[in-house]
Amino acid sequence: MRALSVMLAACLLVFTCPLLAQAIDPLPFKDHAEEVRFQQLTRELRCLVCQNENLADSNADLARDLRHEVFDQMQAGKSDAQIKQYLVDRYSDFVLYDPPVKPGTLLLWFGPLAMLLAGAGVVIFTVRKRARAPMPIDSATTDQGEDW
Amino acid sequence: MSRLIPFFGFLLLVALFGFGIWWNTQHDQREVPSPLINKPVPSYALPMLDDPSHTVTRDAMLGKPYLINVFGSWCIACGEEHPVLMTQGKNIGVPLVGYNYKDTPENAKAWLSQHGNPYDMIIVDAEGRTAIDFGVYGAPESFLVDAKGVIRYKHIGPLTDQVIANELKPAIAALGREMP
Amino acid sequence: MTPELGQLALILALLLALAQAILPLIGAWRGNRALIAIARPAAAGQAVFVGMAFLILVNAFLHFDFSVRYVADNSNLALPWYYRIAAVWGAHEGSLLLWITILNVWTVALAALSRHLPEVFVARVLGVLGLVAVGFLAFILFTSNPFLRVLPMPADGGDLNPVLQDPGMTFHPPVLYMGYVGFSVAFAFSIAALLGGELELAWVRWARPWTNIAWGFLSAGIVAGSWWAYAELGWGGWWFWDPVENASFMPWLVGAALVHAQAVTEKRGSLRAWTILLSIFAFSLSLLGTFLVRSGVLTSVHAFASDPRRGLFILCFLAVVVGGSLLLYGLRAPKVVGGKPFAVTSRETAVLIGNLMLTVAAAMVLLGTLFPLIGDALNLGKVSVGPPYFGFLFTLLMLPVVLLLPFGPYLRWGRSDIPPLKQVLWRAGLGALACAIVAAIVSDGRAKAIAGVGAAVWTGLGTVLYVVKRWREMPRGRRYPAEMAGMLLAHFGVGVFLAGVLLSESLSVERDVRMAPGETQVIGGYEFRFDGVRETTGPNWKADQGDVTVTRSGSPVAVMHPQKRLYSRGQVQTESAIDPGITRDLYVALGEPMDPEHAEGAWALRLYHKPFIRWIWLGGMLMMLGGFVSAGERRFRAQRSTASARDGVAATLKESGA
Repeated sequence: MRALSVMLAACLLVFTCPLLAQAIDPLPFKDHAEEVRFQQLTRELRCLVCQNENLADSNADLARDLRHEVFDQMQAGKSDAQIKQYLVDRYSDFVLYDPPVKPGTLLLWFGPLAMLLAGAGVVIFTVRKRARAPMPIDSATTDQGEDW
Repeated sequence: MSRLIPFFGFLLLVALFGFGIWWNTQHDQREVPSPLINKPVPSYALPMLDDPSHTVTRDAMLGKPYLINVFGSWCIACGEEHPVLMTQGKNIGVPLVGYNYKDTPENAKAWLSQHGNPYDMIIVDAEGRTAIDFGVYGAPESFLVDAKGVIRYKHIGPLTDQVIANELKPAIAALGREMP
Repeated sequence: MTPELGQLALILALLLALAQAILPLIGAWRGNRALIAIARPAAAGQAVFVGMAFLILVNAFLHFDFSVRYVADNSNLALPWYYRIAAVWGAHEGSLLLWITILNVWTVALAALSRHLPEVFVARVLGVLGLVAVGFLAFILFTSNPFLRVLPMPADGGDLNPVLQDPGMTFHPPVLYMGYVGFSVAFAFSIAALLGGELELAWVRWARPWTNIAWGFLSAGIVAGSWWAYAELGWGGWWFWDPVENASFMPWLVGAALVHAQAVTEKRGSLRAWTILLSIFAFSLSLLGTFLVRSGVLTSVHAFASDPRRGLFILCFLAVVVGGSLLLYGLRAPKVVGGKPFAVTSRETAVLIGNLMLTVAAAMVLLGTLFPLIGDALNLGKVSVGPPYFGFLFTLLMLPVVLLLPFGPYLRWGRSDIPPLKQVLWRAGLGALACAIVAAIVSDGRAKAIAGVGAAVWTGLGTVLYVVKRWREMPRGRRYPAEMAGMLLAHFGVGVFLAGVLLSESLSVERDVRMAPGETQVIGGYEFRFDGVRETTGPNWKADQGDVTVTRSGSPVAVMHPQKRLYSRGQVQTESAIDPGITRDLYVALGEPMDPEHAEGAWALRLYHKPFIRWIWLGGMLMMLGGFVSAGERRFRAQRSTASARDGVAATLKESGA
């Protein structure tokens, strides 16, 4: 099993370290705004054969093919959402660096909020407890600049 | 008691990592499950390797199940898989269709004449454009298509005797049971 | 020196580390002065042998000893000597040796500079550090030995990954590890405090300079890594939220929170338990990072080769150290709420809010980094989590911190008056607003540029206002105590950083172009003229080198030489040309010739204009400086308090009934 996964990796590796394919890939954009849109879009899409790179920066053959696909779709007038959906239909959500909000990713998208609310509760509780305690007189309002 | 929350939270994390290490020994991290399972095979029109003037289309292939095997002469793992296809190709019970991916006909033919040709038919996708519709991202990959043109099973990586026995053949058998 | 001596040195180091770990801890527990006294000598001994092992490996690289497998894998005859040294820590085994070497640097420093602290306490601290060392030495000896031989010896070696053959890579790991590993000191202090029942309440004051310096190094290490990625990886990016980057960023976030929490606990006595917990978190995240990048559990460009056996070993080590310390915390953390009370409007509250946001941010980064693994475990499907997630949530979480930042120095402990705060609000706020409006006009209404200028002026001006206030109100010599100066530098650095990030993101221009020799492209107001490609060579590479002449309105700016290098082992590396500047970087990367047969024809090039990008690293370096400067605070330094040292031992002796 390990040997085979090494073989698979080797095959994919042939794609990732080609001497010729390059991320630098001038395409005939209509204008700079279109180029910027292309750059932003390809930065959000994942190169599946790479070790965590996006389509914009990857030298892999597959990345170049997919970039051209994105370009063709942009020329055909498709929106960003349509292009992303096109790729997701073929490669699954894995191809998006911006994980979609769906039941499987609720923990991901709302976990931090939950932690924030829980932590905020603790902070509020702590501050109130401390603020209720009798304040000694030396915490006076004059600041002699020694308050360090 | 609440002071022990970090400790228990950490234990969960350790469990997660232990799972991760184990999972890694069972799976290749780079395997991406295909969203095309139980969806219609993408429409394609690709020339045959032996007869470039003859184009094979999806519709022409309807009516019988078949196994598409994506390969290329440049692909090392395909070389590993090849002997298995040579021995088992006739036994699986469905036609074996070679899908020559990002290759030149000359290299492909040379490779096949050197290693043998297990395929009933070979179609050529030199640019890899159609392969994107299949969600191909490397080679070898194998797709089992049923008689109605629906993809029922995909295997990423070389087919082995084990995979054929434990996964592919049962999938083909399941197709057989559906036939009226 | 043969490599076997190196292995022997590590074995001896392990034995000494065991002595350093077990005996003083028992001694502290039992009040046995003889055992307590073993701590410093054992630590010194361990350091000597680890240092020897490290030097032996360096020597093996310098002398091309390809009979050592690690040397053969990571260097070759053509590799220049400075990269042969960097190759020592270029791969897994050597980087662990670096780790333990740096742990010993911190341990020796601590042993030497802690003579004024109670012996019992120091024994515990060194004991804990010894435990950590035992884990790493065992890990190295049993799973990751850099001194293994390869026989027969190859005539020439492999290569150090070309991407690592860069000055940034030479500095990044040692500096980063100084930070990463340095949090072990704060950790050891906290554990010692927990073990000793916090007999000496001043322990936080002792811990502060060590923590600040470690955090400073970590800041510099992250900056070095970011700068290296920018210069070497060829795509002009400086942060990708890659798992390995996140592994260094999480301890940094928690460390930033810790530095502030320690200040509160030292001066006001409150938040003791939280401070202890944070120092455990910070070091745990350091260890976690070490685990993540070597276990193969995550996919990353930067990860070391994975091996489940190694992963399992580190995981067990992690479980023991972190699990043990969290259990100790759960059982022995101070339960009595101590320290001075504080009102809602006070510096304590601001620090608490800041701590909350930083900690939640660290947790968010952890969640996002681990989510692919969680998804596999819970069968949620395979998703990718990248910059759109991390960048978005991080910005949201840091917003309150940025808003509170200028108020920090103006707030008082315990209870603050509102009027001075209102004054800051008006002055910094108006300044920020005015500059934001200017930015809106100049940048044509770009949101990020406006936000960047606004945030930078808000924090920067707020900090400068305080500098001016102190200048006016305090006599010379007492204006800026080191601790305050450090704080002001770091907070100002935050403003500089914000400007750098938001302005460069908003105003950068990147274009992929095809250029024939003689053609000119205009990017960001600069004219880039491509003058063709010629061949050139280096010590262990051949390259196609482009000549690009840059002018601005006709006057010359720079001549840039982007390269495509072919290294001696066949790897191709794009060496981008960068023209650095305070207000902008120009960046050119060479692609492929449009016609492979005609290298004298047109080529594909990627041209960038990146305004203010250096401010990102400048901000980071200011933060580092802030950490170092504040550690120099007179209050933290040794006091002639041998009396307290004796009392400490006496108290322990009494406690244990000796």
